[in-house]
Amino acid sequence: MGRKAKFGDDGAVKQIKGPGRKAKKQKPPKMLPGLPKLEGDDEPKKLSHRQKQRASRRTKKKEERKLIKKEKKKGVIKDDNVKNNNEESDATKNIKSEIVKQFSDSNSSWLKSKNSKSIIPEKDDDIESYDSNSDVDDEVEGENGLESFDEDGLSDDDDYLAGTLDDVDSSNESGIEDTVLKNKKTSTKKRKTEDSDDELLPIEKAAKKLKAAKKKEDAEANEEMKMQINVASQDVFVFPASDKIDEHIPIPEVEQRIKDILLVLSNFNKFREENRSRQEYTELLLKDLCTYFSYNTFLMEKMMHLFPLEDLMSFLEASETPRPVTIRTNSLKTRRRDLAQALINRGVNLDPIGNWSKVGLVVYNSTVPIGATPEYLAGHYMLQAASSMLPVMALAPQENEHILDMCSAPGGKASHIAAIMKNTGVLIANDVNKNRAKAVIGNFHRMGVANSVISTYDGRHIPQLFKNFDRVLLDAPCTGTGVISKDSGVKMSKDETDLQRCFTLQRELLLAAIDSLNFKSSTGGYLVYSTCSVLVEENECVIDYALKKRDVKLVDTGLSFGTEGFTNLRQHRFHPTMKLTRRFYPHTHNMDGFFVAKLKKFSNIISKNDESEDNEEEIETNNVDAETTEVQDINEKPVANIKIPKHGRGKNRAVKNK
Amino acid sequence: MKQLTDDRMKVFFEKLSKYIGSNIKLLIDRSDGKYCFREKKDRVYYVSEKVLNMGSMMNPDNIISIGTCFGKFTKSGKFRIHITSLDYLAPYAQHKMWIKPAAEQQFLYGHNVLKSGLGRITESTTQYQGVIVFSMSDVPLGFGVAAKSTTECKHTDPLSVVCFNQADIGEFIRCEEDLI
Repeated sequence: MGRKAKFGDDGAVKQIKGPGRKAKKQKPPKMLPGLPKLEGDDEPKKLSHRQKQRASRRTKKKEERKLIKKEKKKGVIKDDNVKNNNEESDATKNIKSEIVKQFSDSNSSWLKSKNSKSIIPEKDDDIESYDSNSDVDDEVEGENGLESFDEDGLSDDDDYLAGTLDDVDSSNESGIEDTVLKNKKTSTKKRKTEDSDDELLPIEKAAKKLKAAKKKEDAEANEEMKMQINVASQDVFVFPASDKIDEHIPIPEVEQRIKDILLVLSNFNKFREENRSRQEYTELLLKDLCTYFSYNTFLMEKMMHLFPLEDLMSFLEASETPRPVTIRTNSLKTRRRDLAQALINRGVNLDPIGNWSKVGLVVYNSTVPIGATPEYLAGHYMLQAASSMLPVMALAPQENEHILDMCSAPGGKASHIAAIMKNTGVLIANDVNKNRAKAVIGNFHRMGVANSVISTYDGRHIPQLFKNFDRVLLDAPCTGTGVISKDSGVKMSKDETDLQRCFTLQRELLLAAIDSLNFKSSTGGYLVYSTCSVLVEENECVIDYALKKRDVKLVDTGLSFGTEGFTNLRQHRFHPTMKLTRRFYPHTHNMDGFFVAKLKKFSNIISKNDESEDNEEEIETNNVDAETTEVQDINEKPVANIKIPKHGRGKNRAVKNK
Repeated sequence: MKQLTDDRMKVFFEKLSKYIGSNIKLLIDRSDGKYCFREKKDRVYYVSEKVLNMGSMMNPDNIISIGTCFGKFTKSGKFRIHITSLDYLAPYAQHKMWIKPAAEQQFLYGHNVLKSGLGRITESTTQYQGVIVFSMSDVPLGFGVAAKSTTECKHTDPLSVVCFNQADIGEFIRCEEDLI
């Protein structure tokens, strides 16, 4: 166990360096002072094998050199002195040798002189500054490195140094004074390194190289740091050369480049490069964002069009993190307070969702699976995203109404509707997918919803059966760009055709939903359209299409928060009442990206397509449609506070003014 | 969507009466509108007349559920009660059994109730009587059959079964695919 003292053994003192077991690193136990010493355990024992080798080599060399120097120096001393004064900034090698010469000089009085004293500290400073300086030669650096390495290695054995000094002293004919002992120490060390320079062991050479490389790296890092510090003041972002744009660069660099480009774009005039256009920067940013967040180009382009740049990053980042778990109390079976109490007793940490909902709860953490508690099984609550409660609140169902949920699976919103209706009236929960509709069966029976018919029609065929609904909820199938945190597959999988299919289906469903509404209903005639997408093509465009095709108007959703829908975005120009729609974003509202619009139906008139409207594929026309401005129902004034323009815009204005 | 035949009606009501006795008539004569039992694909649904009217306009193939499913007729002609009917049976239950919180999970996993998990039991429960199982906080958890009468329960050892599990609300998760 522990350290093994090899008293008397030859290699006893040898320490293995480097990482390893503690026992290896520790020195062997020392003999107690009073104990009789083992034979051979005296002075020379203190030197290791290598040290002895080195010492012998050193002394040999020293003597050789001294002989040469003595012969040479006698005539050169004066020149050296001049050199010293003039060329202090010369390479270290020269200086070192000078110092050596000075010390090895037989003239001790000269050594003691002020001049020499001042030189030597200067010398030390010089070396230090060399260490931190980055512009030195590789060779010089190497020497420095070696020197410091040796110093490290020998720092423990002061006695050894002293010993050699003694040797030097004795060998020195001049007998150097004690006052300059310190200086001598350094000088001997230097001499030593110089001596051993050419006959380095391979490992020492490797260490030397390594040191040199490290120095260089440090210097570069320093420069980089300086660059980064100056980022604010300087224009640091250098637009990559055209052939390097397609190169793959590591993710952290992409991140940095995104930040840089965003900075440039935030103050384009100040930071731009002269011959670069904004478009070039934007394209590079698009490419980098696609790499960094792993979106496809199409979707990222849509996102960039949708959000201002400062919001874009926060949206994308918020889309990566999951939203808090929320549950909705089933008011058919329990009250929120009772449910919260029951769940807290089970070790669930929760809070009311906010003052906009009376049934929502946010779950912070839980010791039990929140989807399998006895309360859940008994139908006291439903796991439901906060955003999914909004369309139902906007729909505001009344008791004894006939309500249709066109795309109901898995039944979260539909059961919410039933709970608000208190199980009266009739609720048709439709979903075209039979397998998904099975989830509706389970949820409805668990939640105790009894007033429902669960059907599997294609939503587009429902108007052929019923036209008498008081309210319709259409939570249309969409690309899911608002719920990327739940399903990140969207980022890569959705392209132009997917989007087109989605919004075509959405338009058809919306028209079908409007057709199945009963506009004569005393309480209703309302439709709520919602998607979990943030793209305008699936939201405002679809609503705008319906506004043109049917006699419907946008009304206030009754939701107290959320950002207003777009009335114009890039090439799109929507009806001004579009600001009554509500958008929800992960980064601003901490819920899934969502869109809610509430429409009221005024008549069964299906407007025959006038002018060019029938052959348009995209809603890109910038005319504010004429028919809605003409049909101004005075009786119903849900949009009284919205100014309806007296004239159209763009090409329509010219037509009207005639 | 059809009315139950007399035979099936008899079988069905016999089964129901095991749990709620004569309270069946409360299910049919309701103050808030007319309710009825309808059969579709051997399943029996309990549904309001208003909802039924809407449903009758639809193609039966497109309706997968209407109102509340009570259970189904097996191929051998017996009626098998489903957990989905619990909401209507629990309030009218004549024989109840309350189980302790520790035994709740066992029951919800489909296991029988042991004497050690029994909290309370309705007096005068006979052996093999249909019972509704409640948690101690009066949340209905499922159906069962009393394995022992109330008096026997008092004296039996803690590890003996007092109630056989017939259906429990854990099925909403366990068998979501074929719930009805």
